[in-house]
Amino acid sequence: MEKGMNLKLKIWRQKNTNEQGKIVEYPVSNVSPDMSFLEMIDVLNDSLVAKGEEPVAFDHDCREGICGMCSMFINGEAHGPNRGVTTCQLHMRSFKEGETIYIEPWRSEAFPVIKDLMVDRGAFDRIQQAGGFVSVNTSGRTLDANAIPIPKEDADKAFDAATCIGCGACAATCPNGSAMLFVAAKVSQFALLPQGQVERKERVLNMVKQMDEEGFGNCSNIGACEVQCPKNISIEVIARMNREYLMANVKPEN
Amino acid sequence: MNLNAKIPDGPLDQKWTKYKNTARLVNPANKRSIDVIVVGTGLAGASAAASLAEMGYKVKALCFQDSPRRAHSIAAQGGINAAKNYMNDGDSTFRLFYDTIKGGDYRAREANVYRLAEVSANIIDQCVAQGVPFARDYGGLLDNRSFGGTQVSRTFYAKGQTGQQLLLGAYSALSRQVGKGNVEMLNRHEMLDVVIIDGKARGIIARNLVTGAIERHSAHAVVLCTGGYGNVFFLSTNAMGSNVTAAWRAHKRGAAFGNPCYTQIHPTCIPVSGDHQSKLTLMSESLRNDGRIWVPKKKEDVEAIRAKRLKPQDIKEEDRDYYLERRYPAFGNLVPRDIASRAAKERCDEGYGVNATGEAVYLDFSSAIVRYGKAQANVKGIHNATDQQIIELGTKVVEEKYGNLFQMYEQIVAENPYKTPMMIYPAVHYTMGGLWVDYELMTNVPGLYACGEANFSDHGANRLGASALMQGLADGYFVLPYTIGNYLADEIRTGKIPTNSPEFDAAEKNVRDQINRIMNNKGTKPVDHFHKRLGKVMWDKCGMGRNEKGLKEAITEIRKIREDFYQDVRVPGTADYMNQELEKALRVADFIELGELMCIDALERKESCGGHFREEYQTEDGEALRDDNQFMYVAAWEWSGDPSSPKLNKEPLIYENIKVQQRSYK
Amino acid sequence: MAKGLFGSSLMKKFWMALTGIFLITFLVVHCLINAMIFFDDGGMTFNKWAHFMGTNLIIRTMEIVLFLGLILHIVDGLMLYFQNRRARPVKYAYEKASASSTWYSRSMALLGTLILLFLILHLYHFWLKTRITGLTVEPSHIFFDGHRYEDLFSEMKFVFKHLWVVIVYVLGCISLFWHLLHGFRSAFQSLGFNYTKYKSTIAFMGDAFSVIIPSIFAAMPVALYTGWIQ
Repeated sequence: MEKGMNLKLKIWRQKNTNEQGKIVEYPVSNVSPDMSFLEMIDVLNDSLVAKGEEPVAFDHDCREGICGMCSMFINGEAHGPNRGVTTCQLHMRSFKEGETIYIEPWRSEAFPVIKDLMVDRGAFDRIQQAGGFVSVNTSGRTLDANAIPIPKEDADKAFDAATCIGCGACAATCPNGSAMLFVAAKVSQFALLPQGQVERKERVLNMVKQMDEEGFGNCSNIGACEVQCPKNISIEVIARMNREYLMANVKPEN
Repeated sequence: MNLNAKIPDGPLDQKWTKYKNTARLVNPANKRSIDVIVVGTGLAGASAAASLAEMGYKVKALCFQDSPRRAHSIAAQGGINAAKNYMNDGDSTFRLFYDTIKGGDYRAREANVYRLAEVSANIIDQCVAQGVPFARDYGGLLDNRSFGGTQVSRTFYAKGQTGQQLLLGAYSALSRQVGKGNVEMLNRHEMLDVVIIDGKARGIIARNLVTGAIERHSAHAVVLCTGGYGNVFFLSTNAMGSNVTAAWRAHKRGAAFGNPCYTQIHPTCIPVSGDHQSKLTLMSESLRNDGRIWVPKKKEDVEAIRAKRLKPQDIKEEDRDYYLERRYPAFGNLVPRDIASRAAKERCDEGYGVNATGEAVYLDFSSAIVRYGKAQANVKGIHNATDQQIIELGTKVVEEKYGNLFQMYEQIVAENPYKTPMMIYPAVHYTMGGLWVDYELMTNVPGLYACGEANFSDHGANRLGASALMQGLADGYFVLPYTIGNYLADEIRTGKIPTNSPEFDAAEKNVRDQINRIMNNKGTKPVDHFHKRLGKVMWDKCGMGRNEKGLKEAITEIRKIREDFYQDVRVPGTADYMNQELEKALRVADFIELGELMCIDALERKESCGGHFREEYQTEDGEALRDDNQFMYVAAWEWSGDPSSPKLNKEPLIYENIKVQQRSYK
Repeated sequence: MAKGLFGSSLMKKFWMALTGIFLITFLVVHCLINAMIFFDDGGMTFNKWAHFMGTNLIIRTMEIVLFLGLILHIVDGLMLYFQNRRARPVKYAYEKASASSTWYSRSMALLGTLILLFLILHLYHFWLKTRITGLTVEPSHIFFDGHRYEDLFSEMKFVFKHLWVVIVYVLGCISLFWHLLHGFRSAFQSLGFNYTKYKSTIAFMGDAFSVIIPSIFAAMPVALYTGWIQ
């Protein structure tokens, strides 16, 4: 095995939502390039526990880039320097020997810090609850699945929008703190499918309203979100949401 | 112990209809005064919570993650089975039922499995109606692919993210009910005990993971949809937070634990790269549709590869051992998971493993790329396509089908799987065992239900690929909503259940005592230290191959780990706020007790079946050898108060509709 | 459902885009007419057109609309700016914004402010004098073919005699260039016009527009200062 790296970590530590936090520096040594970023933090945490200090709190679960729970702002970028990956998929081979790494929580008015690197993304749940669904009961008494053919292109586009993992990197990375990529991905998924047509107008109006109430910023088409999105969702979805919203306002009745 | 499975009588294909026609109902007005707690928000939990709320029950749902959308169902990749027969390849409800029973090595309950197959088609209808973007063909109709252990194409998929799309579908249904106020959603809450009053489940004790508050929640029924316990092995494809705690606490309150030793080792995972490894990543079984598994035939090639003197793509066709195609010509690379895993282990044990640790085999897409490339060239009318063109075209097709998986692989291993074959090795993936439930999905504790992976019911000793998603959604959308009414019909006069009863006091005290014991234990080692020790014992001695000697050693070693854990574990901080080390400690404490039970169960089951392979019991050519005379039963273990001496109860398995035979995929 | 014209974030976006596109069309007209000086005919053509613009009733009405549009663009922009600042009360200690976006797309408010400062000077130089106080140059009017025209061309020559004024105008045009470089395509995105098929066309048009229009504008003071145009 290659010799491990030595790194200097500058990590945001914050006891709870109400207390002030600060950046604390931790050296780590003998880091294998094959380690994932979170495994490197695991090692740091084990050493902190051994000293009787509180380990760094951070959200993580599946560690394969799909649950959307991990959420670190690493060296000035959401999910770190690589593209199309989440923090948990980032490996230490992307860093250099002796490098200083800043690790901060998502920063957004709508994502209060719970502890250290962990934030509360309940805002996203509430936006989803405002309209991110098709109002069909789960009885299974619906049409046969093949009753309405859906053009492959639409189905594929709906899928691309639906791959959003709700991690919040878009809002965290947007210089305006806007969550539009997240909201637009959901709006687009349903707008592209025949099943989403019935509530199409109401959905976009309600979801945008909730988004605004949560305190997110406003999109000015900077495009940082699509660059940092771990699922490479394009801002074309935002354009689609803009259209949907315009149409819903121009002609509110279905 | 009462292990009445309550299977309705009558012909197999009419049992469920008959049940539904005769089950008692709760009228809409009464539903409003009945509380149901659903723990866990994966496919089973989210679908159950949404369905029950739609029906009018007052639902409280809990998840330990920050949002119900994070549950580990989301990581399921390959697809979901349904007997739709859209491909016109001879599929039917009976065939899906038969494949599932056979795949489970004749250790699952007929009636449950038949019902699963019966409702499977509805799941697809339901999900499409919810806006789940399944893969479609150019005609706009749903596409299917094949999975292991079947000879038809019945697997619906959304690229390699089927679980994600299905979970988000269920999550959207749940969100709709939360928005309406029909479900009270408690994120970042972990259930730590069940409260039983007069023999019935009446509520739970949960810890608010943010504030550390110990909360009491009462209900007329408690539904556990808390997933599997694969993390007992420390390294598994499960999420870091996946745990057995809810199920285990229920077990300690009287619920029987069924077939704990049935563990699924998935054949295609990315191999372990070092000691730092925190989890393993699956490469979907769907890859075996197109990937061919092999190791070199010659030991010298193996040596050269390990020393990086030789690249796998340079090994000649005749020097490769496509061992699955060789041993199982009928199913080839699509044999069930348990068989594929053991075959990989066999080759690696013989010294043919292709990475530094000797624990990896190749999964190779080069012939699929060429095959697809040629077909594409024909479609596009390119005659005399060059090899380079063919490879480019073929790569595009493979990327379309499995793009995200290949990208995931490249992230972890830093090798391009379009060019070099993937390295894979089996890893713990799913647990067929779980809380014992009857036909109604109720445990032996009245009012306590278990759905999805948390129960033991449908997969026998081995689960077929793409059936976990099917079971989770079937339980939550279509089974539990009917069966729970049959119980709750008696509860309409109960009224709101108070949380100040002595039973709630006792349960809360029990939880607080355990937390205090861990917090006040000024040991020296982090929780992971014990978890890793436990995992190693489990993997070495209760993993892919098990034998009497190893299992006995494992039991002794696990007892020692338990002892050490309570002496030397160290959890810094306090219990009155977010404390992730404490969460881990509580889960690992339960894993240690469960691990012992798994070994005891594995020791007791002196046969090989499905994922449970006792080395003493195998056929001449190394296949699992069942003993139907002695072991055709569900082992339902009862808590005795001491983790080392559980009590075994048996539910005999009776096969009336299919002929039990030696499983063969040759 | 439309809860007020500025009720939601998306409405603000639309207004930004609509007023932006309106201002872009104004720039085209303004630029075309001013470019008449390049006929180098002593400002004859230019003065004729300026006269038309200053006297035509429709154009004068549009001028009011233009001011309203400009004010809306500014007010809306400021509202967005402050809303966006509130959305991230705690800043990152280390932020590598350049990794995922261009500086000018993040600096629209700053660029807009620079343009506004320039605009105040510009309005003082020309609009104020033609509409209210009268021109500075003597004689302020000239005659062609029996018609009396305001000699705006000479006024331009007069204003651009000072080097500092020329520099400020050129800087104003540079700010406009960056502002348009993001603003042009951004407007289409905001109105929902972003299709793979047209993406490159819009990007090309936006880039070309951002270069051509400010360049022509900037060439005017330079040409007059250096005496390239008499």
